[in-house]
Amino acid sequence: MNHLPLIIKREYLTKVKNKSFIIMTFLSPLIFITFIAVIAYLTQLNNDKVKVISVLDDSGLVRHVFKSTEHTAYNNLEGMSLNDAKALVQESEGYGLLYISKVSEGPIKSKNVTFYSEESPSITLISAIENKIQTELTLQNRIHEGIDVEKLEASKVQIEINQESFKGEKTSKVDSVVKLIFGGAAGYLLFMFIIIYGNMIMRSVIEEKTSRIIEVIISSVKPVQLMLGKIIGTSLAGISQFVIWIILGGVLMTVASFVLGVDLAQMQTPQQQMVEQAMATPEINSEIQNIVTAFFNLPLLNLITAFILFFICGYLLYSSLYAAIGAAVDNETDTQQFMLPILMPLVLAVYIGIFTVIEDPHGTVSTVFSFIPFTSPVVMLMRIPFGVPIWQQVVSLIILIGTFMFTVWFAAKIYRVGILMYGKKPSYKELIKWIKY
Amino acid sequence: MNNLLEVNNVSKYFGDFKALNNVSVSIPKGSIFGLLGPNGAGKTTLIRIVNQITMPDAGSVVLDGEALSQKHIMDIGYLPEERGLYKSMKVGEQAIYLAQLKGLSKAEAKKRLKYWFERLEIGDWWNKKIQELSKGMAQKIQFVVTVLHEPKLLIFDEPFSGFDPINANLIKDEILRLRENGATVIFSTHRMESVEELCDDIALIHKSNKILDGKLVDVKRQFKINTFEVGIRSNNQLELEKEISEKFSVSKANFKTLEDELKLNIKINPGENPNDLLNYLTQKGEVSHFVELIPSVNDIFIQAVNNS
Repeated sequence: MNHLPLIIKREYLTKVKNKSFIIMTFLSPLIFITFIAVIAYLTQLNNDKVKVISVLDDSGLVRHVFKSTEHTAYNNLEGMSLNDAKALVQESEGYGLLYISKVSEGPIKSKNVTFYSEESPSITLISAIENKIQTELTLQNRIHEGIDVEKLEASKVQIEINQESFKGEKTSKVDSVVKLIFGGAAGYLLFMFIIIYGNMIMRSVIEEKTSRIIEVIISSVKPVQLMLGKIIGTSLAGISQFVIWIILGGVLMTVASFVLGVDLAQMQTPQQQMVEQAMATPEINSEIQNIVTAFFNLPLLNLITAFILFFICGYLLYSSLYAAIGAAVDNETDTQQFMLPILMPLVLAVYIGIFTVIEDPHGTVSTVFSFIPFTSPVVMLMRIPFGVPIWQQVVSLIILIGTFMFTVWFAAKIYRVGILMYGKKPSYKELIKWIKY
Repeated sequence: MNNLLEVNNVSKYFGDFKALNNVSVSIPKGSIFGLLGPNGAGKTTLIRIVNQITMPDAGSVVLDGEALSQKHIMDIGYLPEERGLYKSMKVGEQAIYLAQLKGLSKAEAKKRLKYWFERLEIGDWWNKKIQELSKGMAQKIQFVVTVLHEPKLLIFDEPFSGFDPINANLIKDEILRLRENGATVIFSTHRMESVEELCDDIALIHKSNKILDGKLVDVKRQFKINTFEVGIRSNNQLELEKEISEKFSVSKANFKTLEDELKLNIKINPGENPNDLLNYLTQKGEVSHFVELIPSVNDIFIQAVNNS
C-alpha cells in the first residue's frame, strides 16, 4: 500500500495550518520591509540636513571651487584670523571650518590644509573636499607649467576589453556581475532553505517521538515512507512559504515606496556601490542594455535545469540527515552534538562559493568542492553561471545522487531504530551500532 | 487452520543482545491470548515483529495461513504500550488519518468513527484537539482507532492503563464483544487478574525465551499443587492437627469461616485420590470446608520465572 501521498498531505496541512507558521509567513515580509523602509527613511532624513561648512582660504587659490550643493553649504570667510573664524563657526554651530594657510612659495601642500570641527567629520565629506582641492590644484599646476589642458583631455583614451571565449561567447564585466548575483543567489537560497526547513523536519520528527504516536504510525507504514513523506510535505510547505514571501515582499515594497516616498530599490548599500563601480559604463542606457544582454547570455536552460536538480538533491541529502538526527534524540537540546557536522560542510560551501568561485570559478578549489557531494549543490550552483562543462555537472550530479541515496538509506536505518528508542542520549558509537540492527 | 497466528522459531538480536531466542507461539483463532513476562523479557519485540515494525533475524510468522507480508497490515490492529496522538491535531481529523493509513476510505472511516463515537459517548470530542483532552479520553480514542478497521488480529499492550475502573470495564466489554464478532486478541499486561478473567491461552516469556505456554486451564493443571484447603471441627483440635500432620504435609490455612475450626492446607501426593483424604477427614470430625487450591496466574508467573 502506498501511503506516501496521504502522509505528505498531512504533513503539509499540519505545517500550513500551524499558527506560528502562518504568522511567520505573513509577518516576516512585513517586518523585513518595515525594517528596510525605516532605515531608508532615516538615511534620507539624515541626508536632508544641510551641512554648513565655512572656508577660510588665506592662500586665495582654491576658495572658488567650493560651491554650495543640496546637502552642503559652503560659507566663504574672508579677512578673518583663524581664531576668530574658529570662534564664529563654533558659535553658529556650523559643521566645521576648512582652513587653508597662506603659502609663500610653491604649491599648497597637505600641511597647509586643516579641517576643524566639533566631532570627527564624515569620510565621504573629507574625500569630497580633498578631491575638489586636488583637481583644482592639478589644473592650476598644468596651466602654470604651460601644458595645454584641452589637448591633454582630448588625448585621453578609455579602453574596455571585449571578452570572448574560444567558442565565441561574448562576455563583459557586467556579465560577470550578473553571473555572480545569479550564482550567489541560487547557492544562498539553497543554504537558507536547508537550514530553515531541515530544522522544521527535525522538529516534526521529535514531536512524533515525544507524543509517542510513532509506534502507532509505523505499525501502518514503513518508516522510510514516513520519513520521505515528512521531508516532501515539509518542503512543499516551505516552498509555499517562500512563494508567499516573494509575492508579499514585492507588494509591500511597492506600497512602502509609495507611502514613504522612498525609492527602496534605489537605496544603495556599500556592496551595491562596489558592484556598480565594477560595471561603470559611460552611458546609463547601455548599462541597462548590458545587464539585459548579460542575463540572456547566461546559460539559462542549463542554469534552470541544474538549479532544480542540484537544489532538490542537495536539499534531500541534508534533510534526510536532519530527519535522522530528529529520530536519534528525544528532545531538541540533545541535537547540538549532531548539528555541527551537518552545518560545517554547508557553511564551508557558502564561504568557498563566496571567496573562491568569484575569484576563480574554474580553479582547483572551486572545481574540487563542486564535486564533493556535501558542498557540491551550493558550490556548483554558484559556478554554473560562469559556464561549467556539462560532463562536470553530470558527474557531480551522479556523485550527489549516489550520496543522497546512501544518506537516505543511512538516515532510514537510524530513523527506523531511533524512533522507538527512548530515554537514551545516543553517541556516535551507538548510531553506528543501530545501522547493524 | 485453527491458528490465526503462528510464530515459528523466531530469534532477534540487537547487536550482541539477544532479544528473542527461538520463540514459537501459536494463537488459536477467536481466542484471547495472554502474552506475559517480566519487564524486558522480549514481549514488545515479539509484538513488533508481528506488526512488521522490526524484522526477525531468524524464523517466520504466519498469519491466517499466509507468510506475514506488507498486505497484512490492515488485518492487524495494534495498541502499543507507548502510545500517543498528534497533540495539535483535531480528534476527528486525526482518527480519519490513522484509519486511512490502515486502508479505509475517508467516507468509510468517517461512517465507522461516527458509530464508535456514539457508542462510547464521545461524539462531542470530534472537533477538539488532543491536548484539550485528558489522558483517559485520549486512550479511548486510541482504542477506537485500533479497532476501527475491523482487523482479524488485535494486539493490546497494557490496554487498561490510564483508565478509571468504569472505563476499564467498558473497554474490557468491548474487547469481549470484538472477540465474539470473530476477532482474535493478543493481550499483553502485567495485571494478572485481568489475564485470569479474559485469557483462554497464555504464553510466558522470560529472558528472551518462551518458558511456558498453552491453554490457561492446562497450564493451571500443570502447576497443580495437589493441595486442599480444609476446615474441620473437632473436640480436640490440637490433637487432630498433630494427627493429620503425621500423615500429610500440612500448613496453616487462612480463610474466613463462621465457627472456630481447624484450618489447614493439606497436600496429597500426585495421583492420590482426593476422596481418600476426604474420607479420612470425615472420620475425624465435621468437615465444613474442602476446596482444591488452584494456582493463580500470579503464582504461576512468579513460580515459573523463579524456577527458570
